[in-house]
Order: sequence, then structure tokens, then C-alpha cells
Amino acid sequence: MTPENDAVTEGPVNPANPANPAAGFRVRAQDPSYQGKHPEPRFFYTDEEEDELGGKRMVLNMGPQHPATHGTLRVILQVEGERVVGADTEIGFLHTGFEKLGEHMSYQQWVTVTDRMNYMSAINNNVGYAIACEELLGITPPRRAQVIRVILSEISRIADHILCAGLSGMDLGAFSLMLWAFERREKTYDIMEAVTGTRLTTSYTRIGGLFRDVPDDFEKLITDFLEDMPRFIDELEGMTVGNRIFEDRMRGTGVISADEAVNWGLTGPLLRASGVPFDVRKAYPYSGYERYEFDVPTRTEGDSFARFLQRLAEVRESLKIIRQALDDLPDGPVNIENKKLSLPDKTDVYDNIESLIHHFKILMFGHGITPPRGAEVYSATEAPNGELGYYLVSNGEMNPYRVRVRPPSIYNFAVFPKLAENMMISDVVAVLSTLNVIAGELDR
Amino acid sequence: MGAPLSAEQITARLRERYGDKVTGVQPAGGGPPCALVNREHLLPVMEFLKSDPALGFDFLMDVTAVDHLLLDLPEIEERFVVVYQLCSYGNNHRYRLKTQIPEDDLTAPSVFSLWQAALWGERETYDMFGIEFEGNPDMRRLLMPEDFPGFPLRKDYPLRGKGERDSFAPYVPEADEEPGSEQK
Repeated sequence: MTPENDAVTEGPVNPANPANPAAGFRVRAQDPSYQGKHPEPRFFYTDEEEDELGGKRMVLNMGPQHPATHGTLRVILQVEGERVVGADTEIGFLHTGFEKLGEHMSYQQWVTVTDRMNYMSAINNNVGYAIACEELLGITPPRRAQVIRVILSEISRIADHILCAGLSGMDLGAFSLMLWAFERREKTYDIMEAVTGTRLTTSYTRIGGLFRDVPDDFEKLITDFLEDMPRFIDELEGMTVGNRIFEDRMRGTGVISADEAVNWGLTGPLLRASGVPFDVRKAYPYSGYERYEFDVPTRTEGDSFARFLQRLAEVRESLKIIRQALDDLPDGPVNIENKKLSLPDKTDVYDNIESLIHHFKILMFGHGITPPRGAEVYSATEAPNGELGYYLVSNGEMNPYRVRVRPPSIYNFAVFPKLAENMMISDVVAVLSTLNVIAGELDR
Repeated sequence: MGAPLSAEQITARLRERYGDKVTGVQPAGGGPPCALVNREHLLPVMEFLKSDPALGFDFLMDVTAVDHLLLDLPEIEERFVVVYQLCSYGNNHRYRLKTQIPEDDLTAPSVFSLWQAALWGERETYDMFGIEFEGNPDMRRLLMPEDFPGFPLRKDYPLRGKGERDSFAPYVPEADEEPGSEQK
């Protein structure tokens, strides 16, 4: 994947056969609108490919339905025996046009769509989008809403990380590890259900606040969770670290150096496992993260095992943040006191005319929340997989003119074809599981 | 490792070096200022943004585009604008750079030689807007099927498509075929 001059005009270079870059490609020329410039996925046809011993190279498809891809994405491997000589990916199976939808929905409505991107940690998407809209409007939600957002984001981050750790175990044959992590993740979903009303697609944030306040037993729920989780993480570490099979398959596979990680735009645990301590929560604090003491753990190896341990270390930091945030939780409203932006209480809508008017003005087509024409903002938050950015452009109407999501997964996964070269097939599974690519946000 | 610069300072530094080739833009409705660069000068400006120690943008966070067909802004003259979100880990600042692409010549220089992150970002921009990046070694569609005729995020592309779904060949089983037996 080096930028070569001839590659510019010839299309992608087939690394398996640099002398003849077009070998192995099939050009789809039947469609008149298709100009034959862009080939099909690499290594789809390999009739002309031979290895050094004169044998045929084999093409192995992983996915779109493969347990190790954890979602609908396709990895095409060209293998010589057990060794991968080239890899290509095909994504877009879950492409749903979220960005196009966003241009046809009002600002508030699109919150429900953000859930469906990273369905492992929906709250982080909700919070990221709400913050982007608030930056666009130049408002700040009340302190209580911010702290609740922090607590729930961190719980969601823990759920995402422990599930990723459990699934790494499953991919390497330790099925019970996955079931075990699933059971713990269920506990985080119990909290989500009590607070937001749903387990997975939370849709909890509103622009300028939250959908509703937390239940009365919120503190007890969180305290129980905080007591329970550290022991589980220790046990998880005890089961995997020092386990000969687990370590042998994880160590030294899929190594990403720090320079490579930065150059490929990797963020989140992947970047920090390669030794770059970049965390949006520290570098560009939002929602009051600057008030909490936490470290940004890093590792230097940059291999699959480092990414696995990195996630466990980040869970411990998240627990620290939750503990401080819970002590910090102030009383007060959870929605901004601006009747032009936040919906009135439903009982007020029935009882008095002002609330009815505000309700109408916010929800009716042609009114709603309208940021000034020409305003634009790029807002980044730290999602479990890395930097989650929203780029919003307003044209002064109730729908955003352009919504762009910068999902961490797409940039984290772009490096994969390069990583997979010269790897064993079984290592591909280990690397895929620690990259933690979520197909929902990959394709949107 | 330098001190973080504000977006105004970064624009000033770019203008000091490149003069009128870079225009500072303050978004009309609010939001941090950014810069508009001519397409011909994009690569040298990007290289300067990456290599200059005071700027030091080592991350290309995102590449995307905006179709300005229905949104006339005073500073935008052409239909498409490619937007680059830059981030510096060393200096702890962010910046946004834009370049205009006219409708009759939908090409832009690729920044893949500077940031490999551009590989898929530019692929997706091509996929959604039809802007080709010269120098990107892998200019295929990313999300849509390879033979898809349109560019879905353009503003003249309707939300419900242009009838592509109707043109899919329907699967009709043979009369003597058991349902599902084609899987074997």
C-alpha cells in the first residue's frame, strides 16, 4: 500500500503480482455508466496467480457472515497455504444512509439514529451528537445533565470494552469467556434500562439536556455496579493473562507502531496501545471531564495483546471517573431553561397555553430548533473505539444541511488490509477481534 | 511540542506563508474559523500544516465533502467543498481546511502521501459525492455497490433513490425448484 506513481493511473497495485497489477482483477464493463476504472475487490479471481512452487493461490472469504467478523463485513484473503499474502475488505453491507437521513430529519429526531451506529455503546453516540448540536447552538446543558452523561457514557464504555475482551476470548476458542462477559454486560444494561427505559437503543440525550432525570435508586444501582465490576476485571485478567494459549495467539500479532497508528488516523484504545497517549477526554475536555482525576493508560507493544490489556486498563480508569462523578452529582434540572430549545413537561402542555405553544413550535414541521444559517461545527468526543466526530452544517432550517459522522471504526479498520499481509489465517481472527470493528458505525 | 494555537493564529500563519492562496473564513452563523485553499495549492499547504513544528498536524481526522447546491454562502463559489479535519496531538489544537471543487471538473489532489488515513476517507467521499482524488491508490467505492450509478449524498439525489431498488433483478424460483434449494 505504498503510494507509487504508476499506481495512480493503473489503479490499485496487486501486491501479489507487482509486475502485472491488473492480474486478478475483473473489470465490470457491462454497465454503461461504469467507466471500467475501478476494479472489483482484489483477489476475487486468481486464475493467473501462482506461488513460487507453481501452486495456485487460494482465495478465502471471511464474511459477510462469519463469527469472527462480529458483524456484516467481508474480508477477502489471498492465502498461500496458511500464510496470507494479500487482503482486501468489502464493507457497506449495513449501509443505511444515516447521513442522508440526517439531512431530512430535524435535529432532535436524529438522536434516535445515532443509537444505531455503535449499538454496543449507544449512549456515547447520543452524547457526542448532543454535544455537537449544543456547540452549534452555543448553549451548555445544566451541570446535572452533564454529570449523568459522564456516568452513563463511562458505564457504556465499560460494557463495550468487556464485551470486546470477551469476544476476543471467543475468537480464540475460549467460549465461556464470552458468555461470562455477556452476563456482566447485562448488568450494565440493567442500569441503562432503569435510567433510559431501553437496553440497547437508548436515545437518552436531548439537545440541551436529557430525556428525563435518573430514577431514585440511581445511586444504589451505580454503587452496586462499582463494587461488582473491579473484581470481575481482576478475574478476567486472571483468566487470560498468563494463559499460555491466549497469550501465544495474541502476542506479536497485528503490530502497529506509533507512527503508523497516527498516520492511519487510529484513535482510542488502538492508538494508546501503540504508545500515543491521545485521549479526547484529556486533550479537549467536554462535559466536565477536566474535573475528574484519571490517567490515560498506554502500552508500547502495539500488538493484539496490548490492545486487549489496554481495554482492561481503561475500564479501571472509567470506574475511577464514575466514582468521582457520582460524588459530584449535583441537584437541579436536567434540561436547559430555554423554552425555545427544550420541550416542556408533558403535563404542562395539557395545562397551560404557553407550554402548548412551545411544544408546538419545537415539534411542528417548519419550526423547531434552527441554528443560524451557515453555522458549522466539528465536535469530537471519546467513544469506546476512539474519536467520534460530528460535523454539522446548518442552513438555518429545522433540518441540518449536512451531517457527517466520523466514526472511529472506519479509520481503525482501514489499516487492516495492510496489517493482515504475511499473517497466519488464525492470527487474522485475533487481530479482527481486538480491532473491535462495529459494523453499524463502520457503514452507517 | 508547541503551545496550542487558536484557529485565527493558524490562519494567520498560513497567510503569512502563502498569502492570498489561503483565505480565512469565519462561518456566517458561528463556529470556529477555518481556511479555504485553492485546489492547486492544497498539497503544499497541507504539507506545510503537517511539517511546520508550530502547526504540527499529525492527524488527519476526517475527509468529507459538502454539496453547496442548495446553500449559497458568500465565500463559497463552486458547488462542492472538500473538508479536511486536522488535529495535532503534539500541539493540542485542531483546524479545518476546505477546498472548492467545481462541478465540471470533479477532481482533487489526494493527501494520501501525507496521511494514510486519507485512503478510506477519500474513498468514501468519492463514493458519496463523485469527487475523484488524484493520487489515491485505491479509488474504489467504499460503501455502495461497485456498479451503483449515482452519488447518494449529493443534494440533487432524492432521499428514496432514483429507482435503483426497482431495477434489481427479482429472484423467481423455477417451478420445480424447492424454495431455498439454490443455496446448495
